[in-house]
Amino acid sequence: MTDSAGLNDDLPPTISSPDATLVDATATPLAPLVFSPLHDVHVAAGASFTDFAGWQMPVRYSSDLAEHHAVRSSAGIFDLSHMAEVRVQGPEAGAFLDYALAGRLSAIALGQAKYSLLLTEQGGIVDDLVVYRRGETDFLVVANAGNHFEALEALVERAAGFDVSVTDESDTTALIAVQGPNARRIVQGVPGIRFAADDAARAAGEPAPDAGAGPLPGAHPLDTLKYYWSLDATFAGENLFVARTGYTGEDGFELYVPVAHAAALWNELVAAGEPFGLVPAGLASRDTLRLEAGMPLYGHELGLNTMPAQAGLGRVPNLGKGDFVGRAALEAAAAAAADPAAAADTADASQATPAAPVLVGLVGEGKRAARADYDIYAEGGENPIGVVTSGVLSPTLGHPIAMAYVDPQFADVDTELAIDIRGKRLAFRVITLPFYRRKRD
Amino acid sequence: MTDFDQLHFTSEHEWVRLEPATDGAAASATIGITAYAADKLGDVVYVDLPDAGVEIADGAVVGEIESTKSVGELFAPVDGTVLEKNSAVEDAPELVNSDPYGEGWLIRVEYTELPELLSYAAYQALLGDEEASH
Repeated sequence: MTDSAGLNDDLPPTISSPDATLVDATATPLAPLVFSPLHDVHVAAGASFTDFAGWQMPVRYSSDLAEHHAVRSSAGIFDLSHMAEVRVQGPEAGAFLDYALAGRLSAIALGQAKYSLLLTEQGGIVDDLVVYRRGETDFLVVANAGNHFEALEALVERAAGFDVSVTDESDTTALIAVQGPNARRIVQGVPGIRFAADDAARAAGEPAPDAGAGPLPGAHPLDTLKYYWSLDATFAGENLFVARTGYTGEDGFELYVPVAHAAALWNELVAAGEPFGLVPAGLASRDTLRLEAGMPLYGHELGLNTMPAQAGLGRVPNLGKGDFVGRAALEAAAAAAADPAAAADTADASQATPAAPVLVGLVGEGKRAARADYDIYAEGGENPIGVVTSGVLSPTLGHPIAMAYVDPQFADVDTELAIDIRGKRLAFRVITLPFYRRKRD
Repeated sequence: MTDFDQLHFTSEHEWVRLEPATDGAAASATIGITAYAADKLGDVVYVDLPDAGVEIADGAVVGEIESTKSVGELFAPVDGTVLEKNSAVEDAPELVNSDPYGEGWLIRVEYTELPELLSYAAYQALLGDEEASH
């Protein structure tokens, strides 16, 4: 057998992944691979590895489908130590992030998390990231592994003139995610994890003081921790940072721990998860889970040439705040979109650019997945009107799903389109993202 | 237990089991992908195979094997005519992962001339080289 799509230097030359998720697009082939602090744990668990952004990370342990289903029905544990952690501290930390990033980070509360974008002056996306407020003047910015140095460099550069320090903590920080409907009970079952609020409550024999929703007497702090909020904790006496965030479309937690204690935490989580159906899960299932949840992946749905509104992220940039990098470009794009005639008047007609493509979700029938880079056609059309950025046979739904950029006139829900799947055009239909939404309890 | 010495292999990670001509039946070859290939693909979720009667030419693409992450093309390892495809594996593609040398076979073809194929030892050596290069 042989490869029909794409390149992946992890696979033998004749079988290859078309999905850049599992392909390192940036590091040179000769760059030494970086190993996770949990590498030995993964080897012992029988993981298969892939090169991801220069890191040797588990792609699957046994079956990526079984891992996917486990996260949907019980829980999965992921090693995300390749992610980049950048600490931003100082009196002007909030003001600095408001300038460096697209959102108003100074407005988030202590313990709160917010999804944001790092933009170029042209409004393109350098990275998508999650920002946590860990103190009044202390923020944690988590960037994609593939954009570690681009994001760090931009933050350092933009910090000029602000009373702030930007520190790369990636080498000393491991990240473990526990995702799935049983995630809360699993994290609560780890004896070594202690929450500050927990200790305070025990010491006082009463519920811990907590802004907003204080835990009920006897309740665990994680019972009431809301989605996109976080808590400081300790594990075996070391600092542990626990956030109710994730990239799977399920309830779940992300635990930031010093690398020296990562293996111990992983093993305790696995032990606590045993009665709850927890399985170790690799990057292959992480990708199919995020895709079902309609979450964009940098390098696929997001890139330097993508503006936030095209990706359906028009609400992430906050134009109500002061100046920030990319603001002028976003305003110009918004003005052009609102009044295309005026924009055309000011531009040479020969240079008039077609309307920017927009991100849509597509569903098909049968079992054949549309994959990244496949062309999309209007019914009976000769020229492509769009291109697939991510696609898979949805393990949860059983039919093909894809995210794609299409000409906006073909972006309305229920528009029928055709995707060229290796020479055969198959019918797909535009739907509203996400493909999968978990049932809330 | 698979008796690997009874199998032949290709550098495209396929296995071939030869059944010599008997009275009234031409020589045939049963074809599948190796456990190494199945493992590298990950969970197979879709298999597209040629129907009985289709003529195939050595080296031509005759089918597809898709996992959640990858697409693999099935190359004909011989010139011949498809006698039978494994419908069970079309209905249950996971057989390619669970039993690549048995229930997960893909097609059986009648062949006219047999090309050069690899022995198990030669295929193992090829895998060693591929792993070493990564």
